[in-house]
Amino acid sequence: MDLDFAIKCIPLFWAAGKLTVTLAFFGIILSLVIGFICAVLQYYRIPFLKQLAGIYIELARNTPLMVQLFFLFFGLPRLGILIPGKTCAIIGLAFLGGAYMAEAFRGGFSAVGKTQLEAGLSLGLSRLQLLRYVIFPQALAVSLPVISASTIFLMKETSVFSIVALPDLMYLAKDLLKEGHSIESNLMLVISYLVIILPVSLFFAYLERRARFAGFGS
Amino acid sequence: MSETMIENINLSKQEEEQREKPSLEDRPIVICARDIVKSFGERLILKGISVNVHHGEVLVVIGPSGCGKSTLLRCLNGLEPIDSGEIELDGELLTKPGTNWNLVRQKIGMVFQNYELFPHLNVMDNILLGPIKVQKRKKTEAKQKASAWLERVGLLDRADSYPRELSGGQKQRVAIVRALTMAPEVMLFDEVTASLDPEMVREVLDVMLSLASQGLTMVIVTHEMGFAKAVADKIIFMDEGHIVENAPPDVFFNNPETSRAKKFLNMFEFKGIKKV
Ligand SMILES: Nc1ncnc2c1ncn2[C@@H]1O[C@H](COP(=O)(O)OP(=O)(O)OP(=O)(O)O)[C@@H](O)[C@H]1O
Ligand SMILES: [Mg+2]
Repeated sequence: MDLDFAIKCIPLFWAAGKLTVTLAFFGIILSLVIGFICAVLQYYRIPFLKQLAGIYIELARNTPLMVQLFFLFFGLPRLGILIPGKTCAIIGLAFLGGAYMAEAFRGGFSAVGKTQLEAGLSLGLSRLQLLRYVIFPQALAVSLPVISASTIFLMKETSVFSIVALPDLMYLAKDLLKEGHSIESNLMLVISYLVIILPVSLFFAYLERRARFAGFGS
Repeated sequence: MSETMIENINLSKQEEEQREKPSLEDRPIVICARDIVKSFGERLILKGISVNVHHGEVLVVIGPSGCGKSTLLRCLNGLEPIDSGEIELDGELLTKPGTNWNLVRQKIGMVFQNYELFPHLNVMDNILLGPIKVQKRKKTEAKQKASAWLERVGLLDRADSYPRELSGGQKQRVAIVRALTMAPEVMLFDEVTASLDPEMVREVLDVMLSLASQGLTMVIVTHEMGFAKAVADKIIFMDEGHIVENAPPDVFFNNPETSRAKKFLNMFEFKGIKKV
């Protein structure tokens, strides 16, 4: 175990980690947006768009991220569409994550009772206001555990980005591996992912606790 | 119009307007329902319901479980679309395409059996949601009105509580205030005491009695026969989707015309004797 080497590598891992975090961040934010929109389309049973959302969800959930990335990275250029690698990664993660987040929100929405909706409607709330002030806050509390699990799942999925030649953590570790520092780079890789993902886990645990204390959604 | 009425209720505890019952029929009609037919799938639930609610009138709807009382109320404020028939509010036809139900529902308050307070909002925010987000009223003004109502139902000190911290009776009083703060022209009450422990029924009924005595137009579905007798200007008795009787309370309770109504009322007599 070459500790010096490991320490020397810290800046490299820092840079690679930053890329991983950046891509994960934008991918997950986008997946929340996509998931929310899909869930709303399905919840309000918007004709046509509802079916479209359903097809998307099945497509995204039942194909590996790696395949989705290959399509974006190697397939689209054949059709004359060139997307930069980082954008590919973000789109790919959002595409996959959107389906998971849609399921998370769907569960939350369906947990809000029909009678709550009627109470809101009878106050004269429009459907959009109902969504914003009555359904969403309650649904979020219910969805939170699933959103949390999906977020962490997606953060781990970022390790696939290395295959489209993005210098993320996994890519770096593989690089160092080739140079023969397998123990050190493996250790640094584990630590890096832990440092990134553990705080996110803890943050979600805190949010879930708060939602429970608020006494709804359970 | 209803704004000022509500304000009067709010301010004038002494100058309570004495209701002149005989003249009720001459007053303007707030809700007019004509021949409402409603089915769920194959099952016909309302088989042609016609009823008028006059300004300041308290209409009490009674009838056996499943006869369509809740369905009727929910049709009146558009929560359920009807198959045929007409509903008017203040002479304006609602059952036509293009009706803005969001606007209509601001004029028709509704209180539910299970309170349906919003669990993520405290009492004050529950009450203010409608006035502020729907009616776009100023927060300070709306809050003042809400506080006045809360005070009237004895819950001003619970304004910051969350629904889960309240008893059933308290929740239902908040739900009533939430509907009233919208200053509706008419209030619909659907078995609002049916989920309450007996000792809490009274506090809710008292609020409704005081609203009635001050001229609020109300449609009340209830199984509390004593309360119905006390509060009603008119009783309609429903059975199997029809209005079987439509009469003033003294007539209905003392001399019900139909055997179905008699049978129904006997059920409660029996219960009453057992209670004593
Ligand atoms: N959304 C619905 N879908 C299908 N059937 C319904 C629906 N709502 C009510 N019904 C049926 O319509 C009938 C009338 O129901 P409703 O709730 O109006 O009765 P009710 O007079 O209010 O009874 P209760 O005194 O028990 O509240 C019942 O048989 C009920 O099962
Ligand atoms: Mg009912």
